[in-house]
This record gives sequence, structure tokens and C-alpha cells, in this order.
Amino acid sequence: MITLSEPLLELRGIVKTFPGVAALQSVDFDLLPGEVHALLGENGAGKSTLIKVMTGVHAADAGEILLGGKRIHPHSPSDAVNLGISTVYQEVNLAPNLSIAENVCLGREARGPLGIRWSDLRRRAEIALDRLGLKLDVRLPLGSVSIALQQMVAIARALDVSAKVLVLDEPTSSLDANEVAQLFGVVRSLKDQGLGIVFVTHFLDQVYELSDRITVLRNGHKVGAWRADELSRLELVTNMIGRDASELDRTEEAAAGVAATGEPVVSAQQIGTRHGVSDVSFDIRPGEVLGLAGLLGSGRTETLRMVFGLDKPDMGKIERSGVPIRRFDPKQSIREGFALCAEDRKREGIFPDLSVRENIILVLQAKRGWLRKLSFRSQSALAGDLASRLRIHPPDLEGSIDRLSGGNQQKALIARWLAVEPALLMLDEPTRGIDVGAKFEIMSLVEELRQDGGAVIFVSSELPEVVRTSTKVLVLRDRKAVGMLEGGQVSEERVVREIAEGGA
Amino acid sequence: MKRLPQWAWALAVLALVLLFNLVLTPGFFHIEQRDGRLYGSLIDILNRSAPVSLLAIGMTLVIGTGGVDLSVGAVMAIAGSVAACLIARPAESPLGGINLHRSTPLILLAALFAALLCGLFNGILVSWLDLQPIVATLLLMVAGRGIAQLFANGQIVTFHLPSFSAIATGSLAGFPNPVWIVLLTFLIFAVLVRSTAFGLFIEAVGSNPVAARYAGVDARRIKLAVYALCGVCAGLAGVIGTADIRGADANNLGLYLELDAILAVAVGGTSIMGGRFSLIGSIVGALLMQALTTTILTRGVSPETTLVMKALVVVAVVLLQAPAFRSWAVGITRRRPA
Repeated sequence: MITLSEPLLELRGIVKTFPGVAALQSVDFDLLPGEVHALLGENGAGKSTLIKVMTGVHAADAGEILLGGKRIHPHSPSDAVNLGISTVYQEVNLAPNLSIAENVCLGREARGPLGIRWSDLRRRAEIALDRLGLKLDVRLPLGSVSIALQQMVAIARALDVSAKVLVLDEPTSSLDANEVAQLFGVVRSLKDQGLGIVFVTHFLDQVYELSDRITVLRNGHKVGAWRADELSRLELVTNMIGRDASELDRTEEAAAGVAATGEPVVSAQQIGTRHGVSDVSFDIRPGEVLGLAGLLGSGRTETLRMVFGLDKPDMGKIERSGVPIRRFDPKQSIREGFALCAEDRKREGIFPDLSVRENIILVLQAKRGWLRKLSFRSQSALAGDLASRLRIHPPDLEGSIDRLSGGNQQKALIARWLAVEPALLMLDEPTRGIDVGAKFEIMSLVEELRQDGGAVIFVSSELPEVVRTSTKVLVLRDRKAVGMLEGGQVSEERVVREIAEGGA
Repeated sequence: MKRLPQWAWALAVLALVLLFNLVLTPGFFHIEQRDGRLYGSLIDILNRSAPVSLLAIGMTLVIGTGGVDLSVGAVMAIAGSVAACLIARPAESPLGGINLHRSTPLILLAALFAALLCGLFNGILVSWLDLQPIVATLLLMVAGRGIAQLFANGQIVTFHLPSFSAIATGSLAGFPNPVWIVLLTFLIFAVLVRSTAFGLFIEAVGSNPVAARYAGVDARRIKLAVYALCGVCAGLAGVIGTADIRGADANNLGLYLELDAILAVAVGGTSIMGGRFSLIGSIVGALLMQALTTTILTRGVSPETTLVMKALVVVAVVLLQAPAFRSWAVGITRRRPA
């Protein structure tokens, strides 16, 4: 439903610079009343910065914000709420141990001479939920209802009576299909009440299901704004990734002399989890590099986690060298020759208290067990060897790993896995946030491993890297496998086309 | 330049306390020999710090994994009661049926075994049931003294068995036995954590538990092991305390010593958040605490001030360890006109 009314919210020429990074460069954005407007872009495109500017978290360096035709200067999130711009974030930021009513009214309780007027509080909460078409017992603790309902309580809380604009920042990432449908019902009824809704997501199907218009950002620039029914999926993906599908040449042959022989190292057959990915199948033989391509949140990391045994798939089966896996336990996986260099370096990778040497030898030591300690000399020799092979700089093995730069920490983590000489090495975004030289080194390392008969799964948001490194590419969209490209089919154009239209 | 270990500050403050006594407390450094045993304030510090040192050794490993064990004082009481009841065998005690024929080695083993069970109980709660360490060990901290009283039927059980009392009151080569027990325990633990990869795994679990799981370190087994070892250390401390007074006082044995042990570990430079730990640091920390107490007692200052003095010194050492505080302090002194 697009009306020809005046824009409800308008952002003109927004510029925001962080030290060393131009996060937003003269970005325009407008939102009509009664409209769902999707804001899309890959990592680092500037989506969250733009949202933070309109909700008062950041102040723009230049540009103006108009709400209902009047200039506003929200200088804090609560200020923005008072002006009528409310936000619901990806993670539910509520108190699960308080009642639903308390969560809805937290911070603006009705007070009487004897403290909080509880009956009043409950009635107000019921009214707020009623607006979303929800009938709930508001005395229940929030933690006792589903994540989807919690998400809707968060919306009810965000929607003060005066709210005109509602920003939903990836509201569906932890919901299953039914819960998403329930949430979308609520969003549509709010839209019919004339609210303008900014919708940030990385699920393409949901974009087309819910949105009236789409604005795409890339590298801090606005690429454009379209009516959703006038923008094809292919055009949307090429705009997000920044490559024109028709201009991409397919000369880039997949790594020459693919010598994929022998039994598969690992073979996944229609694996999936109830709340995550489904229907993912592939197999990898020695000498193959499998690339996983897809947009953010398409299920690449979830797939790796299952193969490595961190999560147990609810359906399908995974075979290692022809034998189905029964025990899903990382320790067991490592023993069987699997390695996962995880995506989140800080949280899942480095041990900040330990030295570079200790960080590198840790997996090998864990594999040997606590009694067979590697001598200090062999630790130093091994770590020194890997450090020089991967060009870790500075080569100070006894210093804390915390003092290395991001790229060098990443190399140390890869070194940790190379130390156990894995049969299958899984690299999840190994090139994120590191400089070009280090990226190149990591990609040549993958090629080297492949030629030595190793098997690698390579995940990256950088499409050219995936295409250049992989002998075959599994394309994922919205947590489903939508296509497998092999040999000569592997090209950026084909991958983009599969991301947009594959499996349809 | 090689970096100084974190416990260097505690050692410096300990040296300062001793220096203070050297100048101002006559006879503090006087050591005399009677009947083949050394006596004097310095010996006294070593001897009396033994229980806290033992607790601190076990506590260091637990804190290294990012946990804490509040039950060590109560476990001391349990081990003490078990030992005392097995020696005195009051017919009505639940343990009265067990007869170890007043054999000191067997009674010692039985007491340590009881303490090991306590440690395993804590370890299971923390590692398999995923309870927060403070809550999990609080259970036994509260219930432990009750259990100890049950064994002793609510009485202070006294006994007479010279070979058992000798654990605390005897001496070897001039030094009291507890000093040797601490030294031996320290050496065993040092070998256990540093000659194997056990110490590295403890530090990995404490430093980043998520990454430890990804790296194939079995955090559950590591945690179970450190709580069990911590229990055994507490049992040893309880046996010394019981042997010393020839009786088990379930209400008072080891009371509040868990706090002293945690302080000793913190003062010794091990981060309470887990990660890098230092056994030698914790021993230095325990010695520092006892040196303060002994100093205050020998100087005839009223004993009420002991706790306040201790607190002040702990604050000083912990502040000195913090790089942020040191650079701030340096900044302040530089700004002052000369």
C-alpha cells in the first residue's frame, strides 16, 4: 500500500565518519506513512550506522533529518522515542524474569501514592498488546513465552502511543517459519494503522514478502531505492554485492587440474536443524576446495558448525570417510582430522591471556592429551616454523597474542589448525578484517593445501575470493542450499544468479 | 627487558613488612634452637601460614579456570571431624563402626578421601550441571559444617594419638612438619601443572571457555579435576588443624579461611577472572598475610586492628598490580614540581 502522501521521515545527505572510516557518505532515505521500507546491504554497507543516526545513537556529521516535515535532532535513543521513532533490535533487550506487563511499561510505570499502581500497569500493557492483536496473560514472566512473543512484547514496548516510525533491526533472525508469519501479521496491522516501518533483514524472501520499497546501501553509499515489485532478485543481489551480473566474465576458470579422486573425506546428506538451515548436501574429496557462497545469515556458519560437531543436526546425516558420525563433539572431530577456524576471532578463537606460541600449539596439545606434553623446545620449533610459513609479524612467539594485529591473529589461528595437519580444514571468513597482503597469503595457502591432497571448505562474503579459491561452490540462500556449481560452472556471474534465483 | 612476574609486587611488600620488623621490632629475626626444633617469629610465620598456603594452592587452580571454591573452610572441618572420629571412635558417631586401628596413615588417607569426595561433589555441580561456581560451592560451604557436626554428633571430639598429632606439632631438620607438608604439596602441584599440559589447559579454559571448546579442550574434565584437587588440599589443611589442637571443632576449624585463601591468590597476582595463574605467587600471598598477622601480634597492637591492616595491605598490593593505577600514580608524581 503506497500512498502519495508526504514522507513521514526523511534523511537528507547524511554523512558519518568514524576515525579512519567513512561509514556514510551523503546518504538519502525517506519513509512514507503506511509503508514497510526494507534497508539492505552486506556487512559494512552502513545499514546499522544509518539506523543509529535516525534513532539518536549517533549524531550525523552532516545532513538533516526531517520528521513530518520538521527538522529534528535526536541526541539519544530516548529522545528519538519521544519524537516518535522507536526501535526493536535483533536481540531481545528485555528482562526475562519480569512479567510481560512490567517489561512493556518498564521505566514509565504509573505511580500512585503507594508506589506503582499495578492494576493500571497491567491495563496499559494489555492495551499496548491489543494494538498488535495479541491477547496474553500479562502477569506471566516474559521468559516463559516463545522468542517470537518476546519479540512482539519488545515491539509493544517500543510503540508508545505517539510512535510514528518503527525500526525493526533483523527481528526475525532467531525465529522459525511460523513465528515469522506471526510477526509479519503484527507488522502488517501496524502498517495499516499508518506507521512507517523500516525493516532491516538479510533474508531475501522476507524482503519480498513484506516490503513495499527497498533501499540498498553499499560501502557507505546509497545505491538506490526501488519499489519492491519493480526490482528483480537478480538486480537486488547485484546491487548489494556491487557486481553487474551481465558484465562479469566467466573467463575465471576454476582451479586448473582438479584432481578430486578417492573417497569423500566428508559427505553431508540433507542435514539441517529445526531452527536453522535445512536440506544441505555436499561431499568433498581430497584435493577439493568447497566454497560456501551466500549472503549474510544464509546458513554458512551453521553448516560448518554441524560438520565440526558443535551442533547436532536434527535431520539428515554426515559421513566421515563413509562412516556416519554419531558423537557430535569437537574433541572427537579433531581426533578424526577435522579443523574449524571459526568466524568470530575474539569469542571463538584466541586465548587473550596466552602467548602466541601457546595459542598455536594448543589444539595439537589437546589432541595429544594432558600427559603427553610437547616439550618447550618442540613447541617453539613448531610455532616458529608455522609463524614464518604464514609470515606472522612480529614473530615474537612469547608475547601475548592480544598484541598482534587482527590479520596476524587470524594467521596464528590458522597456524593452530595447520599444526594438527587436518584432513579437512574449514575456514569461516578467514579474510575478514585483514589487509590485502594477508588475504592473498591465506588464499595461496588454501591452494597449496589443496595441491597436497588436502580438503578445504572456504567461506567468505567476498565473492571473488570464493570463486578464485574453490573448485566447487555450494550456494545457500535463506538457510537452504539452492545450488551446487562445479568445475567450469564456477564463476561470479553464476554464483550471483544462484544466490538470487537458484532453487526457485 | 624481561617482564617481572605479577607476584613480584607481593614479594616486594612482604620484604617491606620484614624490613619494617628488622628495624622496629626487636627480636623479630631471632631464631633459636630447642630440642632440635627452630623457634622464632620467622619460623612462626612459615608454620602458621601452612593451612592457608595449602588452601591457596588448590584455590589457585580453581581460580585459574575462572571459578572459585567457597567450601574449602567447611571441607577442612569435614576432614578434621572424620579424622577425629576415626581416632576417638565415640560409639554413637555415624563413623563409629569403622575401625582403622588408630593407624595414622590410614586415618590420614580416610580424611583426605572424604575431602576428595567433597571436591568431586563441587566439581560435578560446576562442570556437569553447569552451576555458577559461587553458588555451587556455597552449598557445601553451608552444609559442610553441618555434615562435620553430624559425624561428631555435635560435640568437639578430642583424642590422644601422638603419631597423628605429630603431623602438626612434630618437626624435621629443625622445621615444623607443616612447613614440609606445604613444600612437598607445592612441588607435587608444580610438577603436575607445569610438567604436563594440565596447567596450559586450565589457563585456556579460564582465558576463553568458548574457544577452549572449539580447540578440543575438555573443559568439563579439567574443571572436575581442579575442584577435586582443591578438596584434597583443603582436607590436608583440615588434618593439620585437627592434629594441632588434638580435636575436631566442626564449628570453628577453618572458619573464614576460604576468604584468606582467595585473598592470598589475588595478592599473588592470579586474576580472579581466570586465565594465567601462579602457584608460587599464591604461596607468597599466604606468607604475606601471615607475616602481617604475626607482626601485629608481636608488636602488641590490639588484635582488632589485624583485619583492618590486612585489608589495607591487600588494597595496596592489588592496586600496585594494576597497570592503570601504576601509570596514574607515575603521572601524579611527575606532575608535582620538584
